[in-house]
Amino acid sequence: MRGYVELFNLGKTYDTPKGPQVIVEKFDLNIEKGEFIALLGHSGCGKSTVLTMLAGLNSISQGGIVVAGREIQGPGPDRGVVFQAPCLLPWMTAYDNVALGVDRVFPHASKAERRATVEYFMELVGLSSSMHKLPKELSLGMQQRVGLARAFAVQPKMLLLDEPFGMLDSLTRMELQEVLADILQKDGKTALMVTHDVDEALFLADRVVMMTNGPRAKVGKIIHVPFERPRERARVLAHESYYDLREQMIEFLEEQEKLKHQAA
Amino acid sequence: MSATIFRFLDRVGLEAFAPVVKLIQGEDVALQMRRIAVNFGAPLLTFLLFLGAWSFASSHIMTKYGHLPSPGDVVTQAGVLWEAHVEGVRAEKAFYEAQETKIAELTAAAKIFSERGQADKAARMEELAREAKQAKFSASPSYVTQILTSLKTVFAGFIVASLIAIPIGVLCGTSPVVQAGLNPLIQIFKPVSPLAWLPIVMICVGALYTTRPEEAWFEKSFLSSALTVALCSLWPTLANTALGVASIEKDHLNVARVLKLDTWTRVRKIIIPSALPMIFAGLRISLGVGWMVLIAAEMLAQNPGLGKFVWDMFQNGSSQTLAQIMVAVFTIGIIGMGLDRIMIILQRSVSYASVSR
Repeated sequence: MRGYVELFNLGKTYDTPKGPQVIVEKFDLNIEKGEFIALLGHSGCGKSTVLTMLAGLNSISQGGIVVAGREIQGPGPDRGVVFQAPCLLPWMTAYDNVALGVDRVFPHASKAERRATVEYFMELVGLSSSMHKLPKELSLGMQQRVGLARAFAVQPKMLLLDEPFGMLDSLTRMELQEVLADILQKDGKTALMVTHDVDEALFLADRVVMMTNGPRAKVGKIIHVPFERPRERARVLAHESYYDLREQMIEFLEEQEKLKHQAA
Repeated sequence: MSATIFRFLDRVGLEAFAPVVKLIQGEDVALQMRRIAVNFGAPLLTFLLFLGAWSFASSHIMTKYGHLPSPGDVVTQAGVLWEAHVEGVRAEKAFYEAQETKIAELTAAAKIFSERGQADKAARMEELAREAKQAKFSASPSYVTQILTSLKTVFAGFIVASLIAIPIGVLCGTSPVVQAGLNPLIQIFKPVSPLAWLPIVMICVGALYTTRPEEAWFEKSFLSSALTVALCSLWPTLANTALGVASIEKDHLNVARVLKLDTWTRVRKIIIPSALPMIFAGLRISLGVGWMVLIAAEMLAQNPGLGKFVWDMFQNGSSQTLAQIMVAVFTIGIIGMGLDRIMIILQRSVSYASVSR
């Protein structure tokens, strides 16, 4: 089967003073167009490594990645990235941070069109009223909303989210998960999100891909999430298979943890 | 309102005055008085101790020109220099007024002669008027003129240095190849004293700046002083710019990489703004270095400015001129402090991170 996004035989090896260290090996995954994948695993297992390789920010040691029929070469605006920290440029307003990408990707659009694009995505993340503020005047949650707007506004082929809500308190995190789910509902983007939050993965993803513990981490188990879209948190939580799926995921993670201790 | 005042004081580096404002607002009087005592009492005390030590030294140290000047002598000589300047300005004004009158008289005479039909005499009068117009007031420059010359020179050198150092610094910070290539040269030239550069600069200026004096924009002496300042003051800015650019947060660079920004946009929108606080810290050091270098260069090269003033007074060798040198020392110090203040204000106004809301 060929997917919209293909990661085949992907591997990452770092050279360390103690010799080469294989972090990820033989990682295979096909992602369909419009699909939302959550990549789950213990911290340090290499899930972020996979994401940064897909983003082009990290070199690929073995195998390759194809997005929409083309093998990727380095980073590019066809893959929008939302980092764990909002990573806004502190000397620019929220608006300018988003406009930076829009101006780069749509250089031939008129000024008014570009402004409309920025304003549309600002509204989508609920920041219309504070888009001319500097990042330091915004809360962390609001900054991450800008981060989302920036990634969506360049209208990428796919979206990469590296634990995007990991730094937020749980209330803000749930709020932003809903914002993200909303935009994805409207936009139908293909997305890969790295997370270690089981509930977040279940709420957002179509498939949850769980990785084995590193070194030599690869795909360990894939769970299909059957909840209908658009999803509402209450209905998701009340779904008959929710706790069953959650149980399966936690079981897998605990098993990995045990294996790690046995190896050590 | 009061927040604005405190922010202003913070911006211009006058935090010491904050308790005064709070006192006027009637906020915790005892605490504010204690703070004022620290902020102003301590400096005042040190200054008085300094004056005391100086007075003691001046009455005990005997030089070949008499006693070392006391604080009082220095104040007196500052007054003398100021009066000389005022007098000089007056004399210059008087000279040009007299010149105007003379030209007017000659032109009038020429008109009368030409009406009488004595063309040769009229031509002679007109020629005299032209000659009169060309006469320039000449007197040795006053103290204030020397100060202005020095300030002009230091800023010219500083601007040249900045225009060279910032772009090269950005290149060094972004490209490891450029950094590796330039590093040895930078390491070698950075510690060179201005006094070593000066002869080379003077000779090169003499060889290359061959514009005739009446057509030249600058005098040679100005150019050689300014270039010496530039050569010595570009290093701190260069080093700081390179460091600031090299230490940009990786996250910010990743933003640029993901968007595949072209080099120029990356430099303009990400690298420069990010490194700006460091660049200004470098510029501040550079201006300080430049000011110190300039005085030395002026002394050695006998180029107009405060340094030349100091040297001339030293050559004159009297108790008064010694006091005038001390006036110059204080002037140089106070101007240097003022320049530093200006740079602090600029530096704080560009640092996006530290400014509180």
